[in-house]
Amino acid sequence: MSSTLSHSKTHPPRARFFSVPSLETIAAWLLALIWIFPLLYAFWAAFHPSEFMVSFTLFAPLTLENFADAWGQAPFARYYLNTFMLVTTVVLAQFIVCTLAAFAFARFPIPGKNVLFMLVLIQLFVFPEVLIVENYRIASELGLINTITGIGLPYVASAFGIFLLRQTFKTIPRELEDAARIEGCNWLEILWKVYVPLAKPTYLAYGLVSISHHWNNFLWPLVVTNSVESRPLTVGLGVFSAPETGVNWATVSAATLLSIAPLLIAFLLFQRQFVQSFLRAGIR
Amino acid sequence: MDPFAGVRPGAFNERYVIMSFTDHRKMQLYGALLLLPAALLLATFAYLPTIATVVNSLFLPGFRGAPTQFVGLENYQVLFSDPTFWKVARNNLLYALGTIPTSLALALAMALFVNGKLRGRGFVRMAYFTPTILPMIAAANIWMFFYAPQIGLFNKLLGILGFSGVNWLGDPSVALGSVIVMSIWKEAGFFMIFYLAALQGIPPELKEASDLEGTSRWSFFWRVTFPLLMPTTLFVLINALINAVRVVDHLFILTKGGPNNATNLLLYYVYENAFSFFDRTMAATITVVILLVLAVVATLKFTVLDRRTHYQ
Amino acid sequence: MRARIPFALTALTAGLLSAGQAAANDPTVLTMYYPVAVGGTLTDVVDDLVEEFESEHPDIDVEAIYAGNYDDTRVRAMSAIAAGDTPQLSVLFSIDLYELIEQNAIVAFDDLVETDEEREWLDSFYPGLMENGQLDGKTYGIPFQRSTIVLFWNKDAFEAAGLDPETPPENWQQMADMAATVREASNGEQWGVMVPSTGYPYWMFQAFAFQNGHRLMSDDGTEVYFNDPAAIEALEYWVSLATEHEAMPSGTIEWGTLRQNFLEQSTAMMWHTTGNLTAVRSDAAFDFGVAMLPMSTQRGSPTGGGNFYIFEDTTEEEQRAAMTFIRWMTAPERAAAWSIETGYMGVSPAAYETDALQRYVEEFPPAAVARDQLEHGTAELSTYQGGRIRRALDNAVQAALTGQLSPEEALNQAQQEADSVLRRYAR
Repeated sequence: MSSTLSHSKTHPPRARFFSVPSLETIAAWLLALIWIFPLLYAFWAAFHPSEFMVSFTLFAPLTLENFADAWGQAPFARYYLNTFMLVTTVVLAQFIVCTLAAFAFARFPIPGKNVLFMLVLIQLFVFPEVLIVENYRIASELGLINTITGIGLPYVASAFGIFLLRQTFKTIPRELEDAARIEGCNWLEILWKVYVPLAKPTYLAYGLVSISHHWNNFLWPLVVTNSVESRPLTVGLGVFSAPETGVNWATVSAATLLSIAPLLIAFLLFQRQFVQSFLRAGIR
Repeated sequence: MDPFAGVRPGAFNERYVIMSFTDHRKMQLYGALLLLPAALLLATFAYLPTIATVVNSLFLPGFRGAPTQFVGLENYQVLFSDPTFWKVARNNLLYALGTIPTSLALALAMALFVNGKLRGRGFVRMAYFTPTILPMIAAANIWMFFYAPQIGLFNKLLGILGFSGVNWLGDPSVALGSVIVMSIWKEAGFFMIFYLAALQGIPPELKEASDLEGTSRWSFFWRVTFPLLMPTTLFVLINALINAVRVVDHLFILTKGGPNNATNLLLYYVYENAFSFFDRTMAATITVVILLVLAVVATLKFTVLDRRTHYQ
Repeated sequence: MRARIPFALTALTAGLLSAGQAAANDPTVLTMYYPVAVGGTLTDVVDDLVEEFESEHPDIDVEAIYAGNYDDTRVRAMSAIAAGDTPQLSVLFSIDLYELIEQNAIVAFDDLVETDEEREWLDSFYPGLMENGQLDGKTYGIPFQRSTIVLFWNKDAFEAAGLDPETPPENWQQMADMAATVREASNGEQWGVMVPSTGYPYWMFQAFAFQNGHRLMSDDGTEVYFNDPAAIEALEYWVSLATEHEAMPSGTIEWGTLRQNFLEQSTAMMWHTTGNLTAVRSDAAFDFGVAMLPMSTQRGSPTGGGNFYIFEDTTEEEQRAAMTFIRWMTAPERAAAWSIETGYMGVSPAAYETDALQRYVEEFPPAAVARDQLEHGTAELSTYQGGRIRRALDNAVQAALTGQLSPEEALNQAQQEADSVLRRYAR
């Protein structure tokens, strides 16, 4: 026991900072390098001429040509626009629909509320992708094939969003509500002036998670879109870089970076918010 | 005009007000109206399709103008006698077994690394987490360059070390493993953050106390930290199970389920049946199997996890 | 890029416009899905052609939609039809014929042609390219981006291995020997030959089988003959390139990255579609040649690629406009330009008689190989339930190449699977 104490005295954590890195530090760094490597490699490949792709000449001349090629060979501008419209409309619609439902679950006496809530939670497991065949048929009957609405609508009533917001609403003290009521607010005003502002962090968390999810979503958009006018980035990228097309690697790397860049940059700038959001949102 | 102007906020709350019968009914109506949009959408894109899927799996569409015919469980018999289905189901099981324990272990290791004192902790954490925010399809594109035989990075590196190359995606005994490795890379960082949060929730006094007792770090981990992380582990496990069923995006780029179905997974098989073979019936039947698997996962979550977790 | 405003808005605008405009001025709008199965900038070529067509025909608007590979494009077109948004025409896999007919999706060109000139046009293509587009004496598909499989060989690699750089293999034995020679001479640095086995394995296998004197399917698309001894022998030869001759990597070989492999000189020979020709020509840093595939008992390659189809559920006016467009696209000058830009075949003898293509063939003789091989061509594997049938054969080929099953077992299994799928189509 005394040995342990003296041990920690001779090697206080600070001292270790300047000494030879511990095995643990080496392992942590090694793992980090392995983890970031694929992305670095994609960067490298995208900025170098394609003839160096396979020989891995590390200091090959830099070029932006691959980006120009990718941009010229597929309508990435349109894909950006589609993804952007998809993500904004989905997130806004989710906010509205989920807020109303969560408010109902949190504050209204609905008969069979618990059963209804369990029914909602089922959607955490039965998501639109699993039901592609039937959802495709329904979307086609509603005339939603090849529309941005068609990509987004199945995700609007998000069980996850309802759940998160209901949790948050439940923690908001009734006294605030009473105060608003005394000022003569009706229910919608109370929702808008009391509940929504106090749930801001939840909206931020859910919004970021939802944005990432829909930016990255692939299978359902693939099935429901037919053409450039509605294809989001992921599907555009998939169509562009499917191995059959034999498009050269440097161009594919550039296209890949083009599609991930906005989200990646947002993540690097707001790392903390992203991680916090995923965390908050993940714990359901 | 606000149709709810007459409804008094808080009126349902018995602690404050004795509600009149009509007030209560109004509250119920109001609540129902608030639920309506979500209910309609959920019915359209979750409940109806689920029911329709089950129903479709019991019918056989007419051939050359013949009407649709009720066949009971015959489609299931056909499915269960299809060796490809069993192969795909087995692949999916192996895929889950291959990805989940490893990514959980790695996620925990990562969390422990960045929770401790570490030079450049910010960078290391960022490196671990970044794959999470990439689309699967982009990740697959990048890994395609690694796995390509002869000219891919992995085989180039092996070549430098004097080994002959491996056909990462073209050799059926390796291909599924290659897909698994990529999935682990994509997922571990996501799971890390939950472990990290849980670790930060462990009171530092515990560690101090155990230091005083001279407990080694190793045994502290197994005797204190790991048990305390159990709810997190269960939670992450559920998430990982769901992902193992639902995420098949990478197959579209890496293998298309090949060679000879060696990397085909259930949901991809559904896609193939529905959209390549135009066999909606078989697709529905396989979907029902997936729904059953998810029901098991859901039960697991609602019974085991929700009872033990302290999050809710 | 052509941006489209959501449907309701388009309809509204169209309504407003037509209110103020004589209806005769409205251009006929055609939607066309098309695939690209080889790399490069084929989409640009198509866009340019469409633009040129539109400037010559101001009364017709063509919206060309690139929809991925052949499978993707079929799925997209079928789903558009299911959604009531039927395209007027599309370029789809030539072998999609049975599925399209089964879904009542397409019309026969024989029912659309009106003048003698049009009838003449219908007869102007290479008969070998018409096979996959015809059923019961009617023509449903007009050849457009059509290919055959050819052998690309690296002359520098041949020379380095002590082989005559100008002499490609004539038959199976020679190909195996030459490939093994290259492999040996390069000390295992370079493979002798690569035949792709992902993407379209059934297509490559069809070539082997046909070279061995065997056709894999019946003319009416209701029967297949996968486990015939000649077919088994063909697959055995393919497998032996890796196992016995050690001239080809074992496992499957990726269709998409194979061209890159050839360009990086990691293989001295490859089998690939002629559609790659122009791309290989522009990127190869070495001297290469193109030859007909080697023979066992006979020369042979299946044709492949995409045909034009015109869809049901479109107005007569639209079908006429689609005809105009297809005739324009397949006219000898365009067919020649298309062939030069891509490497796909000129679809009619007249295309090869144009000045442009004649000059091109003269300066770059490989451009004529696909045409010359056409006389040894056979229709691509095409049956009812084609997706499943091809998948069964694909799986068998891959199982054999990866050593999971012997060629005989694999093909027996595929035959069984195909038989049960096709049972209800037997006439």
